[in-house]
Amino acid sequence: MQSTPMAEEYWRRTRNLMWTTLVVWFVFGFLVHFFVGWLNEIVIFGFPLGFYMAAQGSLIVFVILIFWFSAKQNRIDEEHGMAEEE
Amino acid sequence: MRDAFIANLGRIYALYTGTFLVFVVVLAVLEQMGLPPTVIGYAFVILTIAVYAGIGILSRTAQVSEYYVAGRRVPALYNGMATAADWMSAASFIGMAGSLYAQGYDGLAFILGWTGGYVLVAVLIAPYLRKFGAYTVPDFLAARYGGNLARLIGVIILVCCSLVYLMGQLTGTGIIASRLLGVSVQVGIFLGLAGILVCSMLGGMRAVTWTQVAQYIVLIIAYLLPVVILSAQLTGVPLPQLMYGQVLQKITAIEAANSGAGGFLEGIKPHVTPFNVRDPLNFFALILCLMVGTAALPHVIMRFFTTPSVREARKSVGWSLLFIFILYFTAPAYAAFAKLEVFQNVLGRSLEDASAIAALPSWIFSYGQAGLVTVCGTAATSADAVLAACQAKGVTVLNFANFSIHPDTVVIATPEIAGLPYVIAGLVAAGGLAAALSTADGLLLAIANALSHDVYYQMIDHTASTRRRLVVARILLVGVALLGAWMAITAPAGILIFVSWAFSLAAAGLFPVLVLGVWWKRANTPGALAGMIAGFGMTAFYLVGTQYMGMSPWFGVSNISAGLFGIPVGFAVCWIVSLMTSPPSREMQAFIEALRVPRGGVMVADKHAD
Repeated sequence: MQSTPMAEEYWRRTRNLMWTTLVVWFVFGFLVHFFVGWLNEIVIFGFPLGFYMAAQGSLIVFVILIFWFSAKQNRIDEEHGMAEEE
Repeated sequence: MRDAFIANLGRIYALYTGTFLVFVVVLAVLEQMGLPPTVIGYAFVILTIAVYAGIGILSRTAQVSEYYVAGRRVPALYNGMATAADWMSAASFIGMAGSLYAQGYDGLAFILGWTGGYVLVAVLIAPYLRKFGAYTVPDFLAARYGGNLARLIGVIILVCCSLVYLMGQLTGTGIIASRLLGVSVQVGIFLGLAGILVCSMLGGMRAVTWTQVAQYIVLIIAYLLPVVILSAQLTGVPLPQLMYGQVLQKITAIEAANSGAGGFLEGIKPHVTPFNVRDPLNFFALILCLMVGTAALPHVIMRFFTTPSVREARKSVGWSLLFIFILYFTAPAYAAFAKLEVFQNVLGRSLEDASAIAALPSWIFSYGQAGLVTVCGTAATSADAVLAACQAKGVTVLNFANFSIHPDTVVIATPEIAGLPYVIAGLVAAGGLAAALSTADGLLLAIANALSHDVYYQMIDHTASTRRRLVVARILLVGVALLGAWMAITAPAGILIFVSWAFSLAAAGLFPVLVLGVWWKRANTPGALAGMIAGFGMTAFYLVGTQYMGMSPWFGVSNISAGLFGIPVGFAVCWIVSLMTSPPSREMQAFIEALRVPRGGVMVADKHAD
């Protein structure tokens, strides 16, 4: 398990994916809700948008984000020969 | 036989779900034919607990890896359901919609906090701990941070966080069982305890996993059904999560029209307006603490030790959150529908005489008798009691200030608000019971496993035989369960605030060292020990100081968000102390490199094998 260029490249991409995912997490966990006052001016299907984002919108993003992350990470594993056997 | 079971999981649980629905329909028919509510209550409690117990007994095992990690054979989807049941407690099931009713937008901090944490679990922690092949969270701490001292501190933090949480679940079980069966809360607690023990004792993680899947199915049906029907009645579309937008509009309009001086909503905080109950700092601090706490609570993390591969562990976090999401995005709909009912049919009504009061919706009195609905400062047990209390206060029109409901009422009363038969109320109670039992199972196992695996096997008797280890594990399981029940019965009421503290304590005590252990090779033993103690200590200091010592809160941060101070302290101390001391050994560097790649199978398999 010594550091080979392949292993370093693998970890670099894994780390980038981690940061990308956490940025999206931060945006939908926190950042959009800073603007709840303005977003509430927009009403879609009865929902003030700011309220909607905290009650549903961000949650939907989180679910999709995790599935996206895990597919992406699995592809990184495979491309670098780091995926599990079998 | 085991693999046949795994291969047929879909068919088995589909059959189970179908049978459960038939059971509900049969009870509904019997109710129409005159079956009394008490019998329906008993039928729900006894039958569901018997099914859970049956699964527990069928899943008994004599193998250590089956007992601790369900043989690492649980497919991602099913582990997702089990995690969802493990995660959603009595408070989520029954209490959350009520908090949203009372707090409006500000209550959504719980919704965001209790879901967003799963992103952290998926990205930062679960796949790596699964790769390592731990049986418990302290197992990982010991391997990464030089042995038993880190393990012991991990165990102490784990027990502190999980035990009060377990106590809360047992109390919840007792309350639900007592409402359904008409027994005292204490008796209810012991009934629940029996159900929990039969599920978990013989089969450990394996039994708890398959029981939790069954419990998830019951709880999600029970949560969705009443509000779906109510939505269909009120809006014509059985999609409450979509249709409550219109309800929010009506609520806002009624608030605007009646909240002026003398209006029946005078003094109300608008439902969709942010930061009425919490200022922005407390709102976001709470979200952060709940998210990070989610990612550090051992009973959640350990569920991802049971998947067949690292790949499945990642995907399983996604499934978990999807199944949790189904309940959490419905809760605000419950709150909105209940609020509209109260605004349209309760508030603003005349309290002039007993006949006017008796015309109020009947659920007010049925839950008033349970002490859950208060009018003019007294429980609304009957029209006369309400009249007397309101006349004494000189209140002639029922207004916002003189009407309050216990948070639990929103979910519990919805079937009656929708005019549904008692069987649906029984179903909701069975769902709440499933939520409390499944969480209690997971917590109990997390504590007992830490004591039997980490303390007994790893620290006291490393030569113990498989048989002996399992015997000790089971004795400790029963011991912890009894301790939890004893605490639930004897503890003063105010102690339930501890449950919300568990998140901050886990977030500050465990999260920094778990994350740095994987992502920062330079983190070493002294850094981790100092980080755990400082993070946990800082949080505990703030909690105890503000709660009991009269310390004034820093920057006005409520102590439910104590982790806001503890988390950075945990990270900073671990970082600084690590840099001040020598870097981890060459072997440890290799260990971390192996931890970071899925290839190569679990790293501790041989040490753990029977």
